[in-house]
Amino acid sequence: MAERDRIAVQTAAFDVGAETARLAALDRGIGAIASFVGLMRDQNNGDAVQAMTLEHYPGMTESALADIVAEAHGRWALMGTTVIHRVGPLHPGDPIVLVLTASAHRGEAFAACEFIMDYLKTRAPFWKHETTASGGRWVEARDSDDNAAARWNR
Amino acid sequence: MLNPAALNLLYFARLREAFGRDRETVVMPEPATVDGLLATLQGRGGVWADELSAGRNFRVAVNQTVSGRDQPLRAGDEVAIFPPVTGG
Repeated sequence: MAERDRIAVQTAAFDVGAETARLAALDRGIGAIASFVGLMRDQNNGDAVQAMTLEHYPGMTESALADIVAEAHGRWALMGTTVIHRVGPLHPGDPIVLVLTASAHRGEAFAACEFIMDYLKTRAPFWKHETTASGGRWVEARDSDDNAAARWNR
Repeated sequence: MLNPAALNLLYFARLREAFGRDRETVVMPEPATVDGLLATLQGRGGVWADELSAGRNFRVAVNQTVSGRDQPLRAGDEVAIFPPVTGG
């Protein structure tokens, strides 16, 4: 089904309303759209963060996201998904990532949305470099993200 | 057959900075594996030996799929080495 799933890696901001409307128009059987928006915070590990640059692995990023969405389709009856992840320079308050999941009822949409984010955090090749008052540093991976993704193993 | 395999290496994020390059071509004797490639790179010493030592946390993707250390490598393969991911 063409256009059922939309995956984008881009520097530009995204429009949550327009993206939600696109999904809603796919199928009148859609009764639920769950959404997650990740925002850049102005602090991390106790330090004020002034700016961030997101690096990724072009090619692998898109295929990793497609694999995650395909796995979500295998687990839940989804009628459409959207995953948009920004790269390049970002500032506190900027939206970083959008995940939308559409299904007939809320349960599957909620679960799939959380699943896609948990897998994205641990499997999609993005890296955050942040600028603090004492200079630049690469953000370290968190065990809590691995634990969140591991909840979905079965 | 022991033909040399030219591999296209990519480095990302902290490792790209540490190694001072984002890509290079490395020729390995076949049969080559990820483990063999890592041993060759560690053999350069310095930051290579440090960053790619057994205790360090990094990932290897072969042709854009995360792979184990026993993964065979063939001429023309794209091999990326990068830190654990931190997107989202």
